[in-house]
Amino acid sequence: MFKYFEPNKIFAVTSKAPKYVLFLFIVILSIGLAEALILSPEDYKQSHSVRIMYVHVPAAWICLGIFSSITFLSVVGYIFKIRNFFLISKSLAPSGFVFNIIAIVTGSIWGKPTWGTWWAWDARITSMLIMALFYLLYLISWRIYENNDKVFKVTSIITILGIINVPIVKYSVDWWNTLHQPASVNILSQSSIHISMLYPLLIMTAAFALFSLLIFLMKYNTELIKIKNKGLDRL
Amino acid sequence: MINEILTMNGYGLYVWSAFAFTFSCFTLLYIVIKIQYTKEKSKFIAKFGTLNSERAAFAKSQSINKEILSNTSSI
Repeated sequence: MFKYFEPNKIFAVTSKAPKYVLFLFIVILSIGLAEALILSPEDYKQSHSVRIMYVHVPAAWICLGIFSSITFLSVVGYIFKIRNFFLISKSLAPSGFVFNIIAIVTGSIWGKPTWGTWWAWDARITSMLIMALFYLLYLISWRIYENNDKVFKVTSIITILGIINVPIVKYSVDWWNTLHQPASVNILSQSSIHISMLYPLLIMTAAFALFSLLIFLMKYNTELIKIKNKGLDRL
Repeated sequence: MINEILTMNGYGLYVWSAFAFTFSCFTLLYIVIKIQYTKEKSKFIAKFGTLNSERAAFAKSQSINKEILSNTSSI
């Protein structure tokens, strides 16, 4: 099964995919922005400041999703010795980190009109900051141990430690009394968000996911070319 | 109408700055990754040019190398 993950086979697809993903991203983002900034209603309590949700929430969801994927790929890659899984993880990390920063900064901007403060050492915000530190550690490890087999072990340990923080981020609003509101969108139970706000949120999430796919493909292709560059040196 | 969209009941500064920050990050990340990609690809093409005909033929027999050298892999 793992032969399908061979870089030679994957590159034939990943080298052509970015332009189509970029096109789709622009189309979905345009629809999402029109919905988020103009067509969706304002909140009865938060007024127009609720529109920040359309960038804050998708960024937070995707950064958590990417970290979970990185952990899964690193652990499976380490157990079964599949180097390509580490390459995929490495290529996912930059967009995950940027989405994490976006979630923190837009959350801070949203906090000022809603809570009256830019920052609070609240459980959700602090756990998101810790997640950004794990992303940073992960990216720095790749820089430090780039040409060393140690990198697989170090990055796997970082992701295993970091994944402990993921349920803390998710359930922090339920476990502790925080300024942050509880989740409005639930997969397993009834969502408290109105459909007129849910649709723009889902469209923006799709756009952000496409952007993260675009960055992943570009970074992954770069990493494959880097490997091939080393291969040419050995010829 | 436009004024209403811009000011957003006094929340315009917060909303627009959050969106502006998000898309500035997107643009910056895209540019950084694109530069890295172009640099690696140029390095590969330059290295490929220095190979003798026998090695170049061997390298070109690998499909991934052919893909990198072709224009279809550009973004």
